[in-house]
Amino acid sequence: MADQLPNTPILDELEKGTWPSFVKEIKLAAKNSPMSRDLLGLLEQSYEEKIGHWKHGGIVGVMGYGGGVIGRYSDLPEKYPNVSHFHTIRINQPSGWFYTSEALRTLCDIWDKHGSGLTNMHGSTGDIVFLGCRTEALEPIFSELTEAGFDLGGSGSDVRTPSCCVGPARCEWACYDTLALTYDLTMHYQDELHRPAFPYKFKFKMSGCPNDCVASIARSDMSIIGIWRDDIQINHDEVTKYAEGGMNIQRDVVGNCPGKCMDWDGKELKIENSYCRHCMHCINVMTKALRPGKDRGACVLLGSKAPIVEGALLSSVLIPFWKPKPPYTDLKDMVERMHDVWCEEGKARERIGEFIQRVGLGNFLEECEIDIAPEMVAHPRENPYIFYEEYYEEDDGEEDEDGE
Amino acid sequence: MAKTAEEIADAMFKMVSDAQGLKKLKPGDLNKLMIQTYPDEVDKKLCKAAIKLLVNNGRCVYTYFGGSFIELPHREGAAND
Repeated sequence: MADQLPNTPILDELEKGTWPSFVKEIKLAAKNSPMSRDLLGLLEQSYEEKIGHWKHGGIVGVMGYGGGVIGRYSDLPEKYPNVSHFHTIRINQPSGWFYTSEALRTLCDIWDKHGSGLTNMHGSTGDIVFLGCRTEALEPIFSELTEAGFDLGGSGSDVRTPSCCVGPARCEWACYDTLALTYDLTMHYQDELHRPAFPYKFKFKMSGCPNDCVASIARSDMSIIGIWRDDIQINHDEVTKYAEGGMNIQRDVVGNCPGKCMDWDGKELKIENSYCRHCMHCINVMTKALRPGKDRGACVLLGSKAPIVEGALLSSVLIPFWKPKPPYTDLKDMVERMHDVWCEEGKARERIGEFIQRVGLGNFLEECEIDIAPEMVAHPRENPYIFYEEYYEEDDGEEDEDGE
Repeated sequence: MAKTAEEIADAMFKMVSDAQGLKKLKPGDLNKLMIQTYPDEVDKKLCKAAIKLLVNNGRCVYTYFGGSFIELPHREGAAND
Protein backbone atom coordinates (compact mmCIF):
# COMPACT_ATOMS: atom_id res chain seq x y z
CA MET A 1 0.00 0.00 0.00
CA ALA A 2 2.92 2.31 0.74
CA ASP A 3 3.77 2.53 -3.04
CA GLN A 4 0.38 4.07 -3.68
CA LEU A 5 1.22 7.10 -1.59
CA PRO A 6 2.14 10.12 -3.69
CA ASN A 7 5.74 11.24 -3.86
CA THR A 8 6.06 13.99 -1.23
CA PRO A 9 9.72 15.06 -0.79
CA ILE A 10 8.85 18.41 0.80
CA LEU A 11 6.28 17.00 3.22
CA ASP A 12 8.74 14.23 4.13
CA GLU A 13 10.99 16.89 5.66
CA LEU A 14 8.26 17.50 8.21
CA GLU A 15 8.51 13.92 9.42
CA LYS A 16 12.08 14.42 10.63
CA GLY A 17 12.88 15.12 14.25
CA THR A 18 11.49 13.70 17.46
CA TRP A 19 8.35 15.80 17.67
CA PRO A 20 4.92 14.70 16.45
CA SER A 21 4.36 15.10 12.73
CA PHE A 22 1.02 15.70 11.06
CA VAL A 23 2.53 14.30 7.84
CA LYS A 24 3.30 11.03 9.60
CA GLU A 25 -0.29 10.85 10.80
CA ILE A 26 -1.77 11.65 7.39
CA LYS A 27 0.41 8.96 5.82
CA LEU A 28 -0.78 6.50 8.44
CA ALA A 29 -4.40 7.36 7.66
CA ALA A 30 -3.68 7.22 3.93
CA LYS A 31 -3.15 3.47 4.15
CA ASN A 32 -6.91 3.08 4.49
CA SER A 33 -8.28 6.41 3.33
CA PRO A 34 -8.25 7.62 -0.30
CA MET A 35 -9.11 11.09 1.01
CA SER A 36 -5.94 11.22 3.09
CA ARG A 37 -3.94 9.97 0.09
CA ASP A 38 -5.19 12.76 -2.12
CA LEU A 39 -4.69 15.22 0.71
CA LEU A 40 -0.98 14.38 0.74
CA GLY A 41 -0.75 15.01 -3.01
CA LEU A 42 -2.62 18.28 -2.80
CA LEU A 43 -0.59 19.49 0.16
CA GLU A 44 2.71 18.64 -1.55
CA GLN A 45 1.61 20.61 -4.59
CA SER A 46 0.66 23.58 -2.37
CA TYR A 47 4.08 23.48 -0.74
CA GLU A 48 5.79 23.31 -4.14
CA GLU A 49 3.81 26.18 -5.60
CA LYS A 50 3.44 28.15 -2.37
CA ILE A 51 -0.26 28.49 -3.14
CA GLY A 52 -3.21 27.19 -1.16
CA HIS A 53 -5.58 25.03 -3.16
CA TRP A 54 -8.62 25.30 -0.92
CA LYS A 55 -11.81 27.25 -1.63
CA HIS A 56 -14.04 28.36 1.23
CA GLY A 57 -17.56 26.98 1.14
CA GLY A 58 -20.12 29.26 2.74
CA ILE A 59 -23.34 27.30 2.58
CA VAL A 60 -22.68 23.74 3.66
CA GLY A 61 -24.08 22.75 7.02
CA VAL A 62 -26.73 20.62 8.61
CA MET A 63 -30.42 21.43 8.53
CA GLY A 64 -31.40 24.13 11.01
CA TYR A 65 -27.88 24.96 12.16
CA GLY A 66 -25.79 27.92 11.09
CA GLY A 67 -22.57 26.71 12.68
CA GLY A 68 -20.47 23.63 13.21
CA VAL A 69 -19.46 22.96 9.60
CA ILE A 70 -16.73 24.82 7.74
CA GLY A 71 -17.00 24.27 4.00
CA ARG A 72 -13.86 23.44 2.04
CA TYR A 73 -13.49 22.54 -1.64
CA SER A 74 -10.32 21.89 -3.58
CA ASP A 75 -9.62 23.94 -6.70
CA LEU A 76 -8.02 20.85 -8.26
CA PRO A 77 -10.96 18.42 -8.18
CA GLU A 78 -9.94 16.56 -11.34
CA LYS A 79 -6.42 15.86 -10.13
CA TYR A 80 -7.41 15.03 -6.56
CA PRO A 81 -11.04 13.85 -6.77
CA ASN A 82 -11.12 12.40 -3.25
CA VAL A 83 -10.59 15.81 -1.66
CA SER A 84 -12.87 17.65 -4.05
CA HIS A 85 -15.06 18.23 -0.96
CA PHE A 86 -13.13 18.39 2.28
CA HIS A 87 -15.42 19.96 4.88
CA THR A 88 -14.46 20.38 8.51
CA ILE A 89 -16.88 19.52 11.31
CA ARG A 90 -16.59 21.00 14.77
CA ILE A 91 -18.04 18.91 17.57
CA ASN A 92 -18.76 20.29 21.01
CA GLN A 93 -16.19 18.78 23.34
CA PRO A 94 -17.05 17.72 26.89
CA SER A 95 -16.00 20.26 29.54
CA GLY A 96 -12.32 19.79 30.37
CA TRP A 97 -11.90 17.26 27.50
CA PHE A 98 -12.70 14.20 29.58
CA TYR A 99 -13.77 11.13 27.59
CA THR A 100 -14.38 7.50 28.18
CA SER A 101 -12.48 5.25 25.78
CA GLU A 102 -15.88 4.09 24.54
CA ALA A 103 -16.84 7.65 23.59
CA LEU A 104 -13.57 8.08 21.70
CA ARG A 105 -14.10 4.82 19.84
CA THR A 106 -17.63 5.90 18.94
CA LEU A 107 -16.36 9.19 17.52
CA CYS A 108 -13.62 7.44 15.56
CA ASP A 109 -16.02 4.82 14.19
CA ILE A 110 -18.42 7.50 12.95
CA TRP A 111 -15.58 9.40 11.34
CA ASP A 112 -13.91 6.37 9.73
CA LYS A 113 -17.28 5.42 8.26
CA HIS A 114 -18.14 8.81 6.76
CA GLY A 115 -15.01 10.95 6.52
CA SER A 116 -11.27 11.02 5.99
CA GLY A 117 -10.46 9.54 9.40
CA LEU A 118 -8.32 12.59 10.20
CA THR A 119 -9.09 14.42 13.40
CA ASN A 120 -7.70 17.33 15.34
CA MET A 121 -7.99 16.73 19.07
CA HIS A 122 -8.59 19.53 19.71
CA GLY A 123 -9.00 22.70 17.64
CA SER A 124 -8.05 26.07 19.09
CA THR A 125 -11.67 26.73 20.01
CA GLY A 126 -11.55 23.54 22.04
CA ASP A 127 -13.83 21.53 19.77
CA ILE A 128 -13.22 18.04 18.51
CA VAL A 129 -12.40 18.64 14.85
CA PHE A 130 -13.20 16.17 12.09
CA LEU A 131 -11.18 17.06 9.01
CA GLY A 132 -12.51 16.23 5.58
CA CYS A 133 -15.83 14.87 4.41
CA ARG A 134 -18.18 15.23 1.48
CA THR A 135 -21.34 17.36 1.58
CA GLU A 136 -23.66 14.35 1.37
CA ALA A 137 -22.00 12.83 4.46
CA LEU A 138 -22.81 15.78 6.72
CA GLU A 139 -26.37 14.83 7.69
CA PRO A 140 -25.58 11.15 8.38
CA ILE A 141 -22.60 12.19 10.52
CA PHE A 142 -24.72 14.69 12.43
CA SER A 143 -27.42 12.12 12.96
CA GLU A 144 -24.99 9.51 14.32
CA LEU A 145 -23.22 12.06 16.50
CA THR A 146 -26.44 13.21 18.13
CA GLU A 147 -27.48 9.62 18.66
CA ALA A 148 -24.19 9.12 20.52
CA GLY A 149 -24.86 12.18 22.69
CA PHE A 150 -22.66 14.68 20.85
CA ASP A 151 -23.63 17.93 19.17
CA LEU A 152 -21.95 20.29 16.75
CA GLY A 153 -19.92 23.20 18.04
CA GLY A 154 -19.97 26.81 16.99
CA SER A 155 -18.66 28.52 13.87
CA GLY A 156 -19.47 31.79 12.15
CA SER A 157 -20.93 34.79 13.94
CA ASP A 158 -22.22 32.91 16.94
CA VAL A 159 -21.31 31.93 20.47
CA ARG A 160 -18.38 29.60 19.94
CA THR A 161 -18.20 26.37 21.88
CA PRO A 162 -17.41 27.38 25.47
CA SER A 163 -14.19 25.85 26.69
CA CYS A 164 -12.40 25.46 30.02
CA CYS A 165 -9.40 24.03 31.79
CA VAL A 166 -9.62 20.74 33.70
CA GLY A 167 -10.56 22.78 36.76
CA PRO A 168 -11.28 21.14 40.10
CA ALA A 169 -11.50 17.73 38.41
CA ARG A 170 -7.71 17.49 38.37
CA CYS A 171 -6.24 20.75 39.60
CA GLU A 172 -5.86 21.87 43.19
CA TRP A 173 -5.48 25.54 42.21
CA ALA A 174 -8.99 25.82 40.71
CA CYS A 175 -10.78 28.71 42.41
CA TYR A 176 -14.18 27.78 41.01
CA ASP A 177 -15.85 24.92 39.16
CA THR A 178 -14.90 25.70 35.57
CA LEU A 179 -16.47 22.48 34.31
CA ALA A 180 -19.87 23.25 35.81
CA LEU A 181 -19.90 26.81 34.49
CA THR A 182 -18.81 25.70 31.01
CA TYR A 183 -21.50 23.04 30.84
CA ASP A 184 -24.13 25.46 32.10
CA LEU A 185 -23.18 28.18 29.60
CA THR A 186 -23.07 25.64 26.77
CA MET A 187 -26.60 24.50 27.54
CA HIS A 188 -27.91 28.01 28.17
CA TYR A 189 -26.55 29.40 24.90
CA GLN A 190 -27.61 26.53 22.63
CA ASP A 191 -29.64 28.86 20.44
CA GLU A 192 -26.84 31.41 20.14
CA LEU A 193 -24.34 28.60 19.51
CA HIS A 194 -26.20 27.03 16.61
CA ARG A 195 -27.93 30.08 15.11
CA PRO A 196 -25.50 32.90 14.36
CA ALA A 197 -27.05 36.25 15.20
CA PHE A 198 -24.11 38.43 16.25
CA PRO A 199 -21.93 40.90 14.35
CA TYR A 200 -19.09 38.38 14.73
CA LYS A 201 -17.96 35.48 16.89
CA PHE A 202 -18.18 35.50 20.70
CA LYS A 203 -16.05 33.17 22.80
CA PHE A 204 -16.26 32.16 26.44
CA LYS A 205 -13.26 30.52 28.07
CA MET A 206 -13.06 29.52 31.70
CA SER A 207 -9.80 29.17 33.61
CA GLY A 208 -9.76 27.97 37.18
CA CYS A 209 -6.83 30.12 38.33
CA PRO A 210 -4.59 32.91 37.07
CA ASN A 211 -2.23 30.36 35.47
CA ASP A 212 -4.93 30.51 32.78
CA CYS A 213 -4.14 27.15 31.17
CA VAL A 214 -6.67 27.76 28.38
CA ALA A 215 -5.16 31.21 27.72
CA SER A 216 -8.60 32.73 28.08
CA ILE A 217 -7.21 36.22 28.61
CA ALA A 218 -5.86 36.21 25.06
CA ARG A 219 -8.25 33.95 23.20
CA SER A 220 -11.78 34.64 24.37
CA ASP A 221 -14.12 37.58 24.25
CA MET A 222 -15.23 36.76 27.77
CA SER A 223 -12.48 35.36 29.97
CA ILE A 224 -13.56 34.03 33.36
CA ILE A 225 -10.45 33.44 35.43
CA GLY A 226 -10.43 31.99 38.93
CA ILE A 227 -8.98 34.19 41.64
CA TRP A 228 -8.99 34.69 45.42
CA ARG A 229 -9.38 37.90 47.39
CA ASP A 230 -8.01 37.02 50.82
CA ASP A 231 -4.46 36.06 51.75
CA ILE A 232 -2.30 33.38 50.12
CA GLN A 233 -2.22 30.38 52.43
CA ILE A 234 1.27 29.68 53.77
CA ASN A 235 2.52 26.46 55.33
CA HIS A 236 5.67 27.67 57.08
CA ASP A 237 6.97 24.17 57.79
CA GLU A 238 6.91 23.39 54.08
CA VAL A 239 8.63 26.71 53.30
CA THR A 240 11.43 25.66 55.66
CA LYS A 241 11.65 22.28 53.94
CA TYR A 242 12.03 23.98 50.53
CA ALA A 243 14.86 26.12 51.95
CA GLU A 244 16.53 23.10 53.53
CA GLY A 245 16.15 21.23 50.27
CA GLY A 246 18.29 23.80 48.50
CA MET A 247 15.73 26.13 46.96
CA ASN A 248 17.00 29.68 46.69
CA ILE A 249 13.81 31.33 47.92
CA GLN A 250 15.22 34.85 47.73
CA ARG A 251 16.29 34.49 44.10
CA ASP A 252 13.68 32.12 42.67
CA VAL A 253 10.56 33.17 44.55
CA VAL A 254 10.91 36.60 46.14
CA GLY A 255 13.10 37.97 43.34
CA ASN A 256 10.62 36.95 40.68
CA CYS A 257 7.53 38.42 42.37
CA PRO A 258 6.16 41.14 40.05
CA GLY A 259 4.38 42.88 42.93
CA LYS A 260 7.49 42.84 45.15
CA CYS A 261 5.17 41.80 47.94
CA MET A 262 7.28 39.04 49.47
CA ASP A 263 10.02 39.09 52.02
CA TRP A 264 12.37 36.25 53.05
CA ASP A 265 14.74 36.71 55.95
CA GLY A 266 16.20 33.24 55.66
CA LYS A 267 13.76 31.83 58.21
CA GLU A 268 10.31 33.16 57.52
CA LEU A 269 8.44 34.04 54.34
CA LYS A 270 6.14 37.06 54.63
CA ILE A 271 3.64 38.22 52.04
CA GLU A 272 2.08 41.69 51.86
CA ASN A 273 -1.11 40.45 50.25
CA SER A 274 -2.49 43.88 49.35
CA TYR A 275 0.35 44.18 46.82
CA CYS A 276 -0.07 40.66 45.43
CA ARG A 277 -0.84 40.64 41.70
CA HIS A 278 -2.10 37.07 41.76
CA CYS A 279 0.44 35.99 39.15
CA MET A 280 0.70 32.49 40.69
CA HIS A 281 4.50 32.39 40.37
CA CYS A 282 5.24 31.73 44.04
CA ILE A 283 2.43 29.19 44.28
CA ASN A 284 3.67 27.38 41.17
CA VAL A 285 7.23 27.24 42.52
CA MET A 286 6.42 26.23 46.11
CA THR A 287 3.46 23.99 45.52
CA LYS A 288 3.53 22.36 48.93
CA ALA A 289 4.04 25.58 50.86
CA LEU A 290 1.70 28.08 49.24
CA ARG A 291 -1.89 27.88 48.10
CA PRO A 292 -4.46 30.36 46.81
CA GLY A 293 -6.57 31.97 49.55
CA LYS A 294 -9.81 30.51 50.86
CA ASP A 295 -12.17 33.25 49.63
CA ARG A 296 -12.23 32.12 46.03
CA GLY A 297 -14.21 33.21 42.99
CA ALA A 298 -13.51 34.50 39.52
CA CYS A 299 -12.51 37.65 37.72
CA VAL A 300 -14.60 38.32 34.60
CA LEU A 301 -12.72 39.99 31.78
CA LEU A 302 -13.84 41.09 28.36
CA GLY A 303 -12.53 41.83 24.93
CA SER A 304 -9.59 39.72 23.80
CA LYS A 305 -9.13 38.63 20.23
CA ALA A 306 -6.49 37.58 17.71
CA PRO A 307 -5.26 40.01 15.04
CA ILE A 308 -7.68 39.38 12.18
CA VAL A 309 -9.64 42.52 11.31
CA GLU A 310 -7.73 44.78 13.71
CA GLY A 311 -4.83 44.20 16.09
CA ALA A 312 -4.73 41.64 18.88
CA LEU A 313 -6.31 42.55 22.21
CA LEU A 314 -6.10 41.06 25.68
CA SER A 315 -9.21 40.98 27.83
CA SER A 316 -9.50 43.68 30.48
CA VAL A 317 -11.31 43.53 33.79
CA LEU A 318 -15.09 43.78 33.78
CA ILE A 319 -16.04 42.29 37.15
CA PRO A 320 -13.05 42.26 39.52
CA PHE A 321 -14.44 39.51 41.75
CA TRP A 322 -17.45 37.34 41.07
CA LYS A 323 -18.73 34.40 43.09
CA PRO A 324 -19.90 31.83 40.52
CA LYS A 325 -23.07 30.21 41.84
CA PRO A 326 -25.41 28.09 39.71
CA PRO A 327 -27.51 28.99 37.78
CA TYR A 328 -25.20 32.00 37.23
CA THR A 329 -28.15 34.28 36.50
CA ASP A 330 -26.21 37.46 37.31
CA LEU A 331 -23.56 36.65 34.70
CA LYS A 332 -26.11 35.61 32.07
CA ASP A 333 -28.16 38.80 32.59
CA MET A 334 -25.05 40.91 32.16
CA VAL A 335 -23.99 39.00 29.04
CA GLU A 336 -27.45 39.43 27.55
CA ARG A 337 -27.28 43.19 28.05
CA MET A 338 -23.84 43.26 26.45
CA HIS A 339 -24.99 41.18 23.50
CA ASP A 340 -27.98 43.48 23.00
CA VAL A 341 -25.80 46.59 22.87
CA TRP A 342 -23.20 44.93 20.63
CA CYS A 343 -25.84 43.51 18.25
CA GLU A 344 -27.58 46.86 18.06
CA GLU A 345 -24.52 49.04 17.45
CA GLY A 346 -21.71 46.68 16.36
CA LYS A 347 -20.39 46.72 12.81
CA ALA A 348 -20.10 43.55 10.72
CA ARG A 349 -17.04 41.51 11.78
CA GLU A 350 -16.44 43.72 14.79
CA ARG A 351 -15.53 41.76 17.90
CA ILE A 352 -16.89 43.03 21.18
CA GLY A 353 -13.39 44.18 22.24
CA GLU A 354 -13.06 46.27 19.09
CA PHE A 355 -16.57 47.61 19.62
CA ILE A 356 -15.62 48.72 23.14
CA GLN A 357 -12.52 50.45 21.81
CA ARG A 358 -14.62 52.27 19.21
CA VAL A 359 -17.42 53.46 21.52
CA GLY A 360 -15.32 53.79 24.69
CA LEU A 361 -15.48 51.58 27.76
CA GLY A 362 -17.36 54.20 29.77
CA ASN A 363 -20.17 54.39 27.21
CA PHE A 364 -20.28 50.63 26.86
CA LEU A 365 -20.54 50.09 30.61
CA GLU A 366 -23.23 52.72 30.92
CA GLU A 367 -25.30 51.14 28.13
CA CYS A 368 -24.87 47.69 29.67
CA GLU A 369 -25.69 49.00 33.18
CA ILE A 370 -22.41 47.71 34.61
CA ASP A 371 -20.87 49.55 37.56
CA ILE A 372 -17.48 51.09 37.08
CA ALA A 373 -14.70 49.63 39.25
CA PRO A 374 -11.19 50.94 39.84
CA GLU A 375 -9.80 47.56 38.74
CA MET A 376 -10.87 48.30 35.15
CA VAL A 377 -7.43 49.36 34.04
CA ALA A 378 -5.65 49.17 30.71
CA HIS A 379 -2.59 47.59 32.34
CA PRO A 380 -1.74 46.63 35.93
CA ARG A 381 -0.83 49.63 38.09
CA GLU A 382 -1.87 52.13 35.40
CA ASN A 383 -4.53 54.80 35.72
CA PRO A 384 -8.08 53.77 35.00
CA TYR A 385 -9.18 54.84 31.57
CA ILE A 386 -12.66 55.69 32.75
CA PHE A 387 -13.81 59.21 33.37
CA TYR A 388 -16.09 59.65 36.34
CA GLU A 389 -18.73 62.15 35.27
CA GLU A 390 -19.49 63.19 38.86
CA TYR A 391 -15.83 64.02 39.38
CA TYR A 392 -15.79 66.30 36.37
CA GLU A 393 -19.04 67.96 37.38
CA GLU A 394 -17.53 68.84 40.77
CA ASP A 395 -14.40 70.15 39.09
CA ASP A 396 -16.46 72.34 36.80
CA GLY A 397 -18.21 73.86 39.80
CA GLU A 398 -14.94 74.65 41.57
CA GLU A 399 -13.53 76.24 38.46
CA ASP A 400 -16.60 78.49 38.16
CA GLU A 401 -16.29 79.66 41.77
CA ASP A 402 -12.64 80.50 41.28
CA GLY A 403 -13.53 82.39 38.16
CA GLU A 404 -10.97 80.42 36.13
CA MET B 1 -52.33 43.45 17.37
CA ALA B 2 -49.08 41.56 17.82
CA LYS B 3 -47.73 39.64 14.86
CA THR B 4 -47.16 35.90 14.93
CA ALA B 5 -43.80 34.25 14.27
CA GLU B 6 -45.20 32.86 11.01
CA GLU B 7 -46.19 36.32 9.79
CA ILE B 8 -42.79 37.72 10.65
CA ALA B 9 -41.12 34.74 8.97
CA ASP B 10 -43.09 35.48 5.79
CA ALA B 11 -42.10 39.16 5.89
CA MET B 12 -38.47 38.22 6.49
CA PHE B 13 -38.59 35.71 3.65
CA LYS B 14 -39.78 38.45 1.31
CA MET B 15 -36.94 40.72 2.42
CA VAL B 16 -34.37 37.98 1.90
CA SER B 17 -35.86 37.13 -1.52
CA ASP B 18 -35.81 40.78 -2.60
CA ALA B 19 -32.23 41.21 -1.44
CA GLN B 20 -30.93 37.94 -2.91
CA GLY B 21 -28.00 38.63 -5.23
CA LEU B 22 -27.95 42.31 -4.26
CA LYS B 23 -27.21 42.37 -0.54
CA LYS B 24 -26.48 39.74 2.04
CA LEU B 25 -28.63 40.23 5.13
CA LYS B 26 -27.45 39.29 8.60
CA PRO B 27 -29.94 38.01 11.16
CA GLY B 28 -29.43 41.29 13.02
CA ASP B 29 -30.35 43.24 9.87
CA LEU B 30 -33.60 41.29 9.57
CA ASN B 31 -34.42 41.92 13.22
CA LYS B 32 -33.81 45.65 12.89
CA LEU B 33 -35.85 45.90 9.67
CA MET B 34 -38.76 44.01 11.23
CA ILE B 35 -38.74 46.14 14.37
CA GLN B 36 -38.62 49.28 12.22
CA THR B 37 -41.49 48.05 10.06
CA TYR B 38 -43.69 46.84 12.92
CA PRO B 39 -42.47 48.87 15.90
CA ASP B 40 -45.30 48.03 18.28
CA GLU B 41 -45.92 44.47 17.18
CA VAL B 42 -42.52 42.85 17.06
CA ASP B 43 -39.66 42.29 19.48
CA LYS B 44 -36.28 40.55 19.25
CA LYS B 45 -37.61 37.33 20.73
CA LEU B 46 -40.27 37.07 18.04
CA CYS B 47 -37.71 37.83 15.33
CA LYS B 48 -35.51 35.06 16.68
CA ALA B 49 -38.41 32.62 16.56
CA ALA B 50 -39.23 33.71 13.00
CA ILE B 51 -35.64 33.12 11.81
CA LYS B 52 -35.66 29.71 13.47
CA LEU B 53 -38.84 28.88 11.58
CA LEU B 54 -37.40 30.06 8.26
CA VAL B 55 -34.27 27.97 8.63
CA ASN B 56 -35.86 24.89 10.15
CA ASN B 57 -38.37 24.57 7.32
CA GLY B 58 -35.64 25.07 4.71
CA ARG B 59 -36.99 28.27 3.15
CA CYS B 60 -33.73 30.02 4.08
CA VAL B 61 -30.25 28.89 5.00
CA TYR B 62 -27.42 30.31 7.05
CA THR B 63 -24.37 31.16 4.97
CA TYR B 64 -20.89 32.28 5.95
CA PHE B 65 -18.81 34.73 3.96
CA GLY B 66 -16.62 36.41 6.54
CA GLY B 67 -19.72 36.75 8.71
CA SER B 68 -22.98 34.83 8.99
CA PHE B 69 -25.92 35.71 6.74
CA ILE B 70 -29.40 34.48 5.94
CA GLU B 71 -30.04 33.71 2.28
CA LEU B 72 -32.27 31.64 0.04
CA PRO B 73 -30.89 28.16 -0.59
CA HIS B 74 -28.75 28.24 -3.72
CA ARG B 75 -25.91 26.39 -5.36
CA GLU B 76 -22.63 27.19 -3.72
CA GLY B 77 -20.30 29.19 -5.95
CA ALA B 78 -17.23 27.34 -4.71
CA ALA B 79 -18.84 23.91 -4.84
CA ASN B 80 -17.40 21.10 -6.93
CA ASP B 81 -20.00 18.77 -8.38
